[in-house]
Amino acid sequence: MNGMSAHLIVAPIVLPLFAGALLLLLGDRRHALKAAINLVATATTLGLAIALLGRSADVPVTVYLLGNWQAPFGIVLVADRLSALMLVLTGILALATLTFSLARWDRAGAHFHSLFQFLLMGLNGAFLTGDVFNLFVFFEVLLAASYGLVLHASNRARVGVGLHYIVVNLLASLLFLVGVSLIYGVTGTLNMADLAIRVPAVADGDRMLLEAGAAILGVAFLVKAGMWPLSFWLPNTYSVAAAPVAAFFVIMSKVGIYIVLRLSLLAFGEGAGVSAQFGDPWLMVGGMMTIVFGSVGVLASQDLARLASFNVLISSGTMLAAIGLGDAAVTEGALFYLVNSTLAIAAFFLLIELIERGRAPGADVLAVTMEAYGETDGEDLEEETGVAIPVTMAVLGIGFVCCALLLSGQPPLSGFVAKFLLLAALFQIPATGADDFAVGASWSLIALLLISGLAGVIAMARAGIRTFWLPLESTVPRVRVIEAAPIVVLLLLCIALTVQAGAVSRFMRDTAQSLHGPQDYVHSVMTAPRALPLGSGGGT
Amino acid sequence: MEPILAVSIGVLTASGVWLVLRPRTFQVIVGLSLLSYAVNLFIFSMGRLRVGSPPVLPPGGAGDLAQYTDPLPQALILTAIVIGFATTALFLVVLLAARGLTGTDHVDGREPGA
Repeated sequence: MNGMSAHLIVAPIVLPLFAGALLLLLGDRRHALKAAINLVATATTLGLAIALLGRSADVPVTVYLLGNWQAPFGIVLVADRLSALMLVLTGILALATLTFSLARWDRAGAHFHSLFQFLLMGLNGAFLTGDVFNLFVFFEVLLAASYGLVLHASNRARVGVGLHYIVVNLLASLLFLVGVSLIYGVTGTLNMADLAIRVPAVADGDRMLLEAGAAILGVAFLVKAGMWPLSFWLPNTYSVAAAPVAAFFVIMSKVGIYIVLRLSLLAFGEGAGVSAQFGDPWLMVGGMMTIVFGSVGVLASQDLARLASFNVLISSGTMLAAIGLGDAAVTEGALFYLVNSTLAIAAFFLLIELIERGRAPGADVLAVTMEAYGETDGEDLEEETGVAIPVTMAVLGIGFVCCALLLSGQPPLSGFVAKFLLLAALFQIPATGADDFAVGASWSLIALLLISGLAGVIAMARAGIRTFWLPLESTVPRVRVIEAAPIVVLLLLCIALTVQAGAVSRFMRDTAQSLHGPQDYVHSVMTAPRALPLGSGGGT
Repeated sequence: MEPILAVSIGVLTASGVWLVLRPRTFQVIVGLSLLSYAVNLFIFSMGRLRVGSPPVLPPGGAGDLAQYTDPLPQALILTAIVIGFATTALFLVVLLAARGLTGTDHVDGREPGA
């Protein structure tokens, strides 16, 4: 590597930082210019992420020494396959939600564009950093931006929910600090790769302290990921936030998942000696409880936005339970599932906003009440045969069906491929001679995956019937092309995932294997060469 | 010295947790501040307590590392203080906005029973 390509890793952090700062300087009246800058910066960030993903296929681990300090003394940025994958996912989601918001949401409050860029910066930083305390800093950056975005287009509901959201996250940040300092106190390092080396060598007397620190740190991430019982804030926040914000926030719950996946396999993977996989049973049981909670929530929610929020929980729960099994093949399926569910839920959040526009407020409650009292077929059964379905409703309806198939994991779309990969890997576990606990866990997870899929089908079918076939007062919503386009693109990406399932799952297999065998990651970080000072290396 | 520090961290944490669980937004923000003080002291203690030893090496030579204290937790605390201060200020703004919109300082935006 030479020249600019060596700095490619840091670009997805620096670019949004400068773009966000520049957008702060421009007044809110020049929204056309701000929108253009934001769009260009976001698209460029996505391009950089795709370049990193392309490079990760050839060079599995790229390390960048910030300030040119040798690891583990300085902070490192590490781009491996998982980081690059998450960056691309973030970029896609950012571009889609930004395009959607340009129709009208970006003008609903102050500093939307700056906050959006800072959130992007925090997310990219959290995915790239190889240092636990630096992770805290990027977490705070993305949280601070998200506080602003939750309150975007503020009304009474958003401020009330934002208050709870901020308190929960401030408390989680404090736990984060306690966990980080305990780990530092025991191991004397904050570098993730160095941690992987030092954890097996921790003295027996200190092991309890280390595990307590890791567990407290884990709680901070699980709050973010929404593991039951730490998830009561999530459905309220996501369903009340503005639609593009909620869609972008889908990736935020995946940040928690990403860190749990990364740290549990790096520091407490199979090579960690006595502490190996010490948190896995907790993750598995917690994940399963989250699936149950999410499924019940999906069935109970009358509001479409809440339905989508509980789908976020089902997705988190599935991921956490899969991570808890600690099996490379399951992780492969889980990664596929992560990409699929993130795209699908984000598309669903955007779709909901368009659908809700055409409905009279309170129609939901009324519909349910009428259902309950058996008054669905009223007197006005006028013969209106041959009414042409307006084309907008048809597009929205097709989008809704796609989302329903993706979220509940039904064929023929990628949701099914993801679930199939997960189930196939789970069925293999009893055959590998695993202990009774793992076998029991894999059977329970298989059952829960199928049940949550059924709950998803029931809930989505009911919501779809109520929305499209049973409108009490239907007005066709006015939808602009730039609002429909992001949804179509997100769903097309899911279809592309279905078509290219083989290639994608091979990539996921490589990713899962490098996560489960992190020697390469650790070695690359610890031996990363320092760049030569300017001038001395210029001649070569 | 260790018992004093441990007791003060404990008292700060206990008061902070109690206040965070109270129903008024002002109590919550004071509780959060107390908790962040407790956490900062806790980070400090993770670098081991030592009296009268500097965290910075003098120019020209490393000297005996046993004479110095660990500078890293101190750097972590500085960062944590700055971030904590900023987020608390932000929370204060939201608190005032909630008070203005709902007319009450209850965390749920309405008085119980109202």
